[in-house]
Amino acid sequence: MESVGSIILYVVVALAMIIFSVLAVTTRKILRAATYLLFTLFAAAVVYFMLDYEFLGAVQIAVYAGGIVVLFVFAILLTSHPGDNTERLTSKKRVLGLVAAVATLAVAGYALVSRCVHFAEKAAIDGPDMDAIGTALLGSGRGEYLLPFEAISVLLLACIIGGVVIARKR
Amino acid sequence: MANSAIWYLIPALIMFGCGVYGFVTRRNMIAMLISLELMLNAVDINFVVFNRFLFPGSMEGMFFTLFAIAIAAAETALAIAIIINIFRSVKNIDVRDLNKMKF
Repeated sequence: MESVGSIILYVVVALAMIIFSVLAVTTRKILRAATYLLFTLFAAAVVYFMLDYEFLGAVQIAVYAGGIVVLFVFAILLTSHPGDNTERLTSKKRVLGLVAAVATLAVAGYALVSRCVHFAEKAAIDGPDMDAIGTALLGSGRGEYLLPFEAISVLLLACIIGGVVIARKR
Repeated sequence: MANSAIWYLIPALIMFGCGVYGFVTRRNMIAMLISLELMLNAVDINFVVFNRFLFPGSMEGMFFTLFAIAIAAAETALAIAIIINIFRSVKNIDVRDLNKMKF
């Protein structure tokens, strides 16, 4: 049995996700696009919380909303005048974009809706606790992720060095 | 309502469609990168939803999303470094003006 509160929360989050992602790609001010992206990322984090993955929601807020959006805002302020509008789209470009988006929506939406009877109801489980997550992240057995974890650390080091080398003044 | 996977997959699908539209229509490289982030996030939500509804006992989808978030952060940092470097050379980050490989 669903409570009224969770239904209201779901409707608000779904509407926020849809409306802000549409606004993020249609607004003509680039700084506003970054702000709408931030709201969309928050909505995604709330979805993770609603699905009982609290750790993932916290990571989403910390890394995406706290890190990546700040990078975007810095890059926007360094490369463009925040008050400027982008020029209006030509209708050819807009039609091309709409055709690509609608084709994607139609194909994937048909595949989803035609198979949605196979989806199970949400099982009532507790989300994975930190103990289980930590063990799975740093174990080397079956279904445990030590190797990708270490590979990510090397990747992040390479990314730091690459960023410094690419963006430094010559 | 909100008790079947389809209610979570449809908003994620619309988010992905917005990302495709923005990636095709935008000229500014940072705006294209924002569209790319929208698409990445929609896919992340799909991983989590399928994990939660089809295999509620395991955590594979969750870890895939965790690593995808880390890789997206690395990719965005590097892409923004490249964009700032291009801006320093060309004074512009409009993709129509970037038709030379070497400056």
